[in-house]
Amino acid sequence: MEDLLAARSQMALSLGFHIIFACIGMVMPFFMATSHYKYLKTGDIQQKNLTKAWSKGVAIFFVTGAVSGTMLSFELGLLWPEFMKHAGPIFGMPFSLEGTAFFIEAIALGFFLYGWDRFNKWFHWFTGVVVGISGLASGILVVAANAWMNSPAGFDYVDGKYINIDPIAAMFNDAWFTQSLHMTLAAFAATGFAVAGIHALMLLKNQNKQFHWKAFKIAIVYGAVAALLQPISGDLSAKDIAERQPAKLAAMEAHFETSKRAPLLIGGLPDEKTKEVNYAIEIPGALSFLAHGDFDAEVIGLDQIPEENHPPVLVTHIAFQIMVGLGMILVALSLLFFFSNWKKKQWQTKRWYLWLYVLATPLGFIALEAGWTVTEVGRQPWIINGFMKTKDAVTPMPGIFYSFLIFTAVYVSLSVIVTFLLYRQIKMVPETYTNDEDKPQDALIPN
Amino acid sequence: MLYVVIVFLCLSILLYLLLGGADFGAGIVELITPVKLREKMRGITYQTIGPIWEANHMWLIITIVILFVGFPSIYTMLSVHLHIPLLLMLLGIIGRGTAFIFRHYDAVKDDMQRIYNIIFTYSSFITPLFLGVIAGAMVGGKIDTEAVTFFEGYIRPWFNYFSFSVGLFTVAICGFLAAVYLTGEAEEKEIKGVFTRQAKLLNVATVIAGGIVFIAAEIEGIQLMRELVTNPVTLVILLLATASLVLLWHFLGQNKKVHTRLIAGFQVSMILFALGFHYFPDFIIVQGGNNISLYSAAALGKPIETLGWALLIGGVFIIPSLVYLIYSFQRERPEST
Ligand code: HDD
Ligand code: HEM
Ligand code: HEM
Repeated sequence: MEDLLAARSQMALSLGFHIIFACIGMVMPFFMATSHYKYLKTGDIQQKNLTKAWSKGVAIFFVTGAVSGTMLSFELGLLWPEFMKHAGPIFGMPFSLEGTAFFIEAIALGFFLYGWDRFNKWFHWFTGVVVGISGLASGILVVAANAWMNSPAGFDYVDGKYINIDPIAAMFNDAWFTQSLHMTLAAFAATGFAVAGIHALMLLKNQNKQFHWKAFKIAIVYGAVAALLQPISGDLSAKDIAERQPAKLAAMEAHFETSKRAPLLIGGLPDEKTKEVNYAIEIPGALSFLAHGDFDAEVIGLDQIPEENHPPVLVTHIAFQIMVGLGMILVALSLLFFFSNWKKKQWQTKRWYLWLYVLATPLGFIALEAGWTVTEVGRQPWIINGFMKTKDAVTPMPGIFYSFLIFTAVYVSLSVIVTFLLYRQIKMVPETYTNDEDKPQDALIPN
Repeated sequence: MLYVVIVFLCLSILLYLLLGGADFGAGIVELITPVKLREKMRGITYQTIGPIWEANHMWLIITIVILFVGFPSIYTMLSVHLHIPLLLMLLGIIGRGTAFIFRHYDAVKDDMQRIYNIIFTYSSFITPLFLGVIAGAMVGGKIDTEAVTFFEGYIRPWFNYFSFSVGLFTVAICGFLAAVYLTGEAEEKEIKGVFTRQAKLLNVATVIAGGIVFIAAEIEGIQLMRELVTNPVTLVILLLATASLVLLWHFLGQNKKVHTRLIAGFQVSMILFALGFHYFPDFIIVQGGNNISLYSAAALGKPIETLGWALLIGGVFIIPSLVYLIYSFQRERPEST
């Protein structure tokens, strides 16, 4: 494998791994704070147990997120020294603020995990909320840094030099808001559905029904609200891209020729050689409308972009279809939940109902990874959009393939161990947390 | 502002060595603890470093961020020429961090525990070893920006006696710090005795390893020893550190936990301080004399300005809460959950 490809694969692997743990680290504290709040308000011991059970899982995820994040901050230099040499001072602002956010998160987590029954109960609760808020802040900040790569700002480029650097302007680049908003929602949607799915599975197994139903409900409400907002925010992102990164939009939509009244393609296999898309369903004018808010607007196609600057169309298009398709499934499941909660409570005890959510467990995360593939692969061949190419940024050290192999091995083993540990945690839940108070726990799931 | 940033950089490095170092040291101490006492020792380690474990390692990230935002050429030079030891250190960080948490949070305590323990102890050794190797390579003057062969460019800078002697020295320091720290935490007499013995043992090891560093420097033709003892300031600093050894042993014998910790911290800081004083403002010594200094590498102007402000503002939030965290858990030991 050539070094550039190895470096890109390693970066993609590391980020793809980190993002899962980062999302859980950002979102789970809010679930925990919710159950913890319910416990403090009602004294319901199961809510306390739920908080504790979740916090054990979170500790495992948190440390995995932290070590993989630490790796990333080195990898940026290990793999892309030329990029970091120029970009570091420009897009460093969010990273330096992020340092503070992480620190606060780590400190608050120390208080939260080890502070049961040792502090004022509301102070203890509050430290849990702080974990969530600072996690969210670090997510937003790091996405702002990524947004800068898509929409560079805050410097002048003169004769190959980056001068007049303004880190604040770089942080508040044009893309930071849409991207951070979409990412934050994605984190809630993905984690919400994943957690709900796991608890739905336990309900299907008839274990500790009250406990798992309470957990399911907290998670699904967060996930469903986010999933409903996701398409709106995604539409904002798409309109943004149409202006700033027409090549990415064209690749996402497999839009080879510039045209007015451009159709939206659903599905389809783009062929980069013949510049045609096979097997797609076309909705006339819809792409023009989505990108520019007007059915007759012109949408720039790949024909207007020099060949050497084309992103990989096939990957970007398919990844985009996956994200949007899964997004729609999550929207449907969210509507189903709210509807059933409102009108059809009896559905909620049915097996088919629970099965739907079990099957949806991984969907949010798949959509999330697909979304990042759209963003990052769609930016190719640029590492800093319009200014520096990825191939010019890669490390001069040969043999990156071996480092890629090592990282792959590490990530695969970590994934296996984390899954294994989580499985054990979940299996232990009934034994650890079946309290006397909830002995007569069966019959109907209470609402 | 440049000086604010430099102060934060030095502070982060020092705190990482002291706090993160003590964490790694706990694994090293475990490695040399008699097997039958290890279980108890793990309990103590977990209780004492569990709550602050994450925060201790944030100093490394702060260091890295300061480097790539404020001193990008230092960051890139390190990541290009010291790619391999950095990679090895990262593997150590991963292994250690995950094994530490996994062994505690695994809901079933079975044979997996053995595996976690092995990973934990050995990666606690590997990480400071390569941290030291990297530090040695930075000042060893073997980094060659014009190198043509793979060996000259990516191996030779760190694969030498000097770097590895600094690595071993770092390992010894970490173990020493941890043993001193744990001595103060142990409640049972037996364990306390073991820790005290280990603190002494590792202290001797540190002194010996320090001697080896000087010998290795001579072998590699690095003038370190001579320059450190001929400069009056560094000489005084090193003498102070040596003199405090006497105090340390005295207080170790008397079980004074605060005193011993302060002195151990003082000694390690002094060593770092002497080196810093000696090299400042140079940060990386490059073959041929094109050294990279904190001044020449700084991204002057707005990047440093905003970085400085970010650090100051961050410090206002972090330092009080960190102090409160440490204070709270000192006052009252957490039950292991
Ligand atoms: C749960 C995950 C999830 C779901 C259901 C969706 N997305 Fe998404 N999407 C992401 C998760 C995501 C992401 C992983 O979070 C990305 C990558 C970068 C970013 O900021 O968000 C993303 C990026 C992203 C981009 C590119 C942004 C850029 O490159 O700057 C667009 C245009 C959309 N999305 C549009 C949509 C639309 C129209 C959706 C309709 C349902 C949708 N997304 C659902
Ligand atoms: C602040 C956040 C991020 C930064 C600074 C960043 C940086 C980079 C860099 C430097 C590269 C290599 C150059 C390239 O191939 O484009 C890259 C590639 C990549 N990143 Fe990101 N990234 C960020 C967020 C993410 C996240 C969260 C993910 C996914 C979960 C991701 C997925 C990828 C992928 C898939 C590639 C490979 C693209 C390819 O195949 O060419 N990135 N990113
Ligand atoms: C968009 C992509 C990213 C998001 C949303 C994100 C978010 C997060 C979050 C929420 C955490 C807290 C840890 C946890 O709760 O598990 C975390 C950890 C971390 N991330 Fe990321 N991250 C992203 C990409 C990156 C990149 C590109 C880097 C490297 C430059 C990075 C560096 C780190 C570091 C160093 C940590 C460890 C901090 C700790 O110990 O708590 N992250 N990330």
